[in-house]
Amino acid sequence: MNVIEINNLTKYYGKSRGIINVSFNISEGEIFGFIGPNGAGKSTTIRLLLALIYPTKGNAKIFGKDCIKYGPEIRQEIGYLPSEVFYYDKMKVIDLLKYSASFYKKDCTERLHELAEIMELDLNKRIDDLSYGNKKKVGIVQGLLHKPKLIILDEPTSGLDPLMQQKFFDLIRLENQNGATVLFSSHILGEVQKLCTRVAIIKEGQIITVEDIKTLQENNYKKIKVKGKYITEEHFNMDGVSNLHKNEDAVNFFYKGNINQVLKIISSNLISDVLIEEPTLEEIFIHYYR
Amino acid sequence: MNIYVFEFKQNLKSTVIWSLSVSALILMFMSVYQGFAADTEILNELLLSYPEEFLRAFGMSREVNIASVLGFVSMLFTFVQICLAVQAANYGFSLVSVEERELTADFLLPKPVNRTSILTSKLFAAVTCLIITNLVVWISTFTFINIFKGERDYDVKTLILLLSTIIFLQLFFLCVSMLISLFFKKIKSVLTFSMGLVFGLYIISAFGEVIGDANFGYITPFKHFEANYIVSNSSYNTSMFLIDIFIILISIILSYILYKKRNIQSI
Repeated sequence: MNVIEINNLTKYYGKSRGIINVSFNISEGEIFGFIGPNGAGKSTTIRLLLALIYPTKGNAKIFGKDCIKYGPEIRQEIGYLPSEVFYYDKMKVIDLLKYSASFYKKDCTERLHELAEIMELDLNKRIDDLSYGNKKKVGIVQGLLHKPKLIILDEPTSGLDPLMQQKFFDLIRLENQNGATVLFSSHILGEVQKLCTRVAIIKEGQIITVEDIKTLQENNYKKIKVKGKYITEEHFNMDGVSNLHKNEDAVNFFYKGNINQVLKIISSNLISDVLIEEPTLEEIFIHYYR
Repeated sequence: MNIYVFEFKQNLKSTVIWSLSVSALILMFMSVYQGFAADTEILNELLLSYPEEFLRAFGMSREVNIASVLGFVSMLFTFVQICLAVQAANYGFSLVSVEERELTADFLLPKPVNRTSILTSKLFAAVTCLIITNLVVWISTFTFINIFKGERDYDVKTLILLLSTIIFLQLFFLCVSMLISLFFKKIKSVLTFSMGLVFGLYIISAFGEVIGDANFGYITPFKHFEANYIVSNSSYNTSMFLIDIFIILISIILSYILYKKRNIQSI
């Protein structure tokens, strides 16, 4: 079952582009990554899903219901962490979280304290006394305290130290194992790679590709490094090779195609070492953005 | 209901400050009333030497004896009106814009509530605060008048009429400000807008008096509830009163329509 279905969603802010014809589905139980650089349209898509803004064209369904028409109803089951967290400054953390909990039909008190403990959040501080990272923690707790079925995270890790990031990822994985679907937007590919099963790449408001993270890494490109005194770039002047460059006594390139062909060339030359590996998502990403 | 309570708490401090400040203003004026009234003769003569238009621009009139209790009150009432109008306009301008200025809209709107109930809760919370302010102003007006009026008497019914205009004046500013704020993408400083609206409309009202053009009265609430008219006639100017109510209702309806369609700005 699809938790999110987005069909040709388009948003213009006056004449300037938000997103154009964005379509993808997220099925139940997935951790879905949504990557693209700043300004590509990630937040716009998410804000459309939450009915913070209204589409120019197209529509989106969450839990099978139109996200504008049935907004309040479906938002009972959505937890959202915005990219920039801002809360009513003069309140205490606990009061804000209680206010947040008061919107949901279930009792969230227990989960609230659990989450605060996991995230090491001091509930009695005033919000304007908190550092950015700590405000982010407040955001995480308020987004998860009602055990939502769909968790929408918009660049959630900025401001968190690596230790907290790890705890946060563990928390999200646990929520996911307990049945929550996750939409995770980020421009940091490493974390998407760590957490997500599928990913959509967005560029200048349009989706470039939606793929399994594994397919993205395995089936497409190999990162190859061949070392040898006599090896030169000319040896690998063939189809499927990109980003070819020589660096001291090694030739580096990406290869997409029949692996046997490239192996033939390698084996027919005198080499001292060869390294064939999966490119990181970063490298794939840069490729898409070239 | 939770939004209502929350919003009410957020506004409570400012409500208390406004209520007490306006009460202090009334106290200040009323405490000099005795000395003021003692020099009635000279004062009335002095005022007679000014042209009527000039007096009207400052909320006075030859028809109203400003040495009488209500004559004096109607003069100070102009200041009270301006202060309370600024308070109401502040609430109106910040009602929706505060969430977008401080970016708390990203907290509130993804909650399972629809925009209509958000706006309704916020509006009711603001009206509650205005009612509290009104109560305090009523009590302090009656108290300070009775302390400082000395031997003089006044018509209680007229005073009640006068005081009951405050809430309508405030509702006008609350609702009109809310509507205006929805035409802007972002309101950086609420006070600039509210002072601009209140003093703008006050100056239009004063200007209308000076040039004697009644048409100005239709747009400015200071004319809808002119103290002089009420004190000298012991009744409201009914058509002006209805215009005020009409503008309030239209503002509310349009605000709901605009807010429901609004695209919430992010950073």
